[in-house]
Amino acid sequence: MSYSLVQKTGSWAIRATIEAGRMGIFLWQALAGMFRPPLRPRTTVLQIHFLGVKSLIVILMTAAFSGMVMGLQGFYTLLRFGSQGLLGSGVSYSLVTELGPVITALMVTGRAGSSMTAELGIMRITEQIDALDAMNLEPVKFLASPRLSGMLVTMPLLSAISAVVGLIGCHLIAVNLLGVAPGVLWEGFVRGVVPRDLVLGLVKSLAFGLTVGWVCSYKGFYAGRGAEGVGRATTEAVVMSSVLILILDYIINSIML
Amino acid sequence: MISCNGLKRSFNGQEVLKGINLQVPSGQITVIIGRSGEGKSVFLKHLVGLLKPDSGSIQIDGHDIATARGGQLRAIKEQFGFVFQGGALFDSLNVFENVAFPLRHKTRTPEAEIRSQVEEMLDHVGLAGMGDRYPSEISGGMAKRVAVARALILRPRIILFDEPLAGLDPVISNTILDLIQEVHDRYRFTGVVVSHDIPQIFALADTVAMLFEGRIIYSGVPDEIYQSPDERVQFFLNGGRERK
Repeated sequence: MSYSLVQKTGSWAIRATIEAGRMGIFLWQALAGMFRPPLRPRTTVLQIHFLGVKSLIVILMTAAFSGMVMGLQGFYTLLRFGSQGLLGSGVSYSLVTELGPVITALMVTGRAGSSMTAELGIMRITEQIDALDAMNLEPVKFLASPRLSGMLVTMPLLSAISAVVGLIGCHLIAVNLLGVAPGVLWEGFVRGVVPRDLVLGLVKSLAFGLTVGWVCSYKGFYAGRGAEGVGRATTEAVVMSSVLILILDYIINSIML
Repeated sequence: MISCNGLKRSFNGQEVLKGINLQVPSGQITVIIGRSGEGKSVFLKHLVGLLKPDSGSIQIDGHDIATARGGQLRAIKEQFGFVFQGGALFDSLNVFENVAFPLRHKTRTPEAEIRSQVEEMLDHVGLAGMGDRYPSEISGGMAKRVAVARALILRPRIILFDEPLAGLDPVISNTILDLIQEVHDRYRFTGVVVSHDIPQIFALADTVAMLFEGRIIYSGVPDEIYQSPDERVQFFLNGGRERK
């Protein structure tokens, strides 16, 4: 029984190593394809539209309510310590450096990332990716590179929009419901964020964009057979991307803070 | 000429191709028959470099595609067109855009010239006026014809057909057979067709080869296959029934 356990562990470790290596090669090829001619700017723009513009509604709603919750909960938490004047600083710092990039990345993963995986997975099982390969068109460069570029452009923009809308949401609650003076609130918003915090938020959003684009493209590219394979790939893509976002968030914080 | 020597390939420890030796003459159509699951499609994908063999060689006019890399591999693959079993049409593009796809992405042909070539090709395969339909809006037979048109548009020297008659009724099957024969007569490409649809597929063949348990057990002219003394060949030709 112990031998069987060792064997299973060994097999899992081998499979995981092979998978990690294949993902690494895929990422390298996709990144290289972003800069190697022929470049396809129109395809990248279409991806930015799909990933960014079409995610806007869900990002706006998520950000607005996140800001409102932060305003409400933050006010009553700070009230216990008599520090409600710090509401603006706390909310802006949290939105710019943490909640903005993380919640945006998770929402984009769920909406656009899963769609990306499903689309590429269906292309895999219907041999459309093989058709590109047979036409000598480097499927990774043709399909994954524009998606990766699109994510790298889109994620920071959506994170910034998310932070701003979150601040507006916080204002709505803090000023209209909780009686916080708007001048005090907005001064706190401005004082709470320094350029270094903006860099932290940007680095996170870029890292998250790269992760989501990479994982979701890879999982779709190598989806298993049939509808079950595509479904499994989509689920794995969302779960893996979400977990990696949270892990990366901690790593970046520990390095940059 | 395509020449395969000792081609072997395994998947998850199971040997699918066990040493294939086959010569495909230039300018002719070679049909590879065999039961479902014998590895015919796997073999075909090796020819165009979609899969790499575990051992053996695949010589395309003297260049081994099995070991080629980078620019040499790309140069060899440029000679191929491939018609996939389900057509493999890009479902986000309409019929016109599917056929135009290789011209747009592999050449610098002006758009007006692309339009002219694509419309001529669609007319050739009997789909004139269907350019604005999407793959989900056309029948299986039409999709096969679009796939043939897309494979032909760059006039490749070698075209591979994976089960071209799969899922088609007898009338449409004959239409596809006639189309492949007609374009072959016109463009004289080297064709490799894998199929289990016998005897209809013999109408196309200059040479027939049979794949059985990972090996080629017969290679010759279609007329002679029925005289083959190999019981395995006869068993397959008789549809799994003993010859009376």
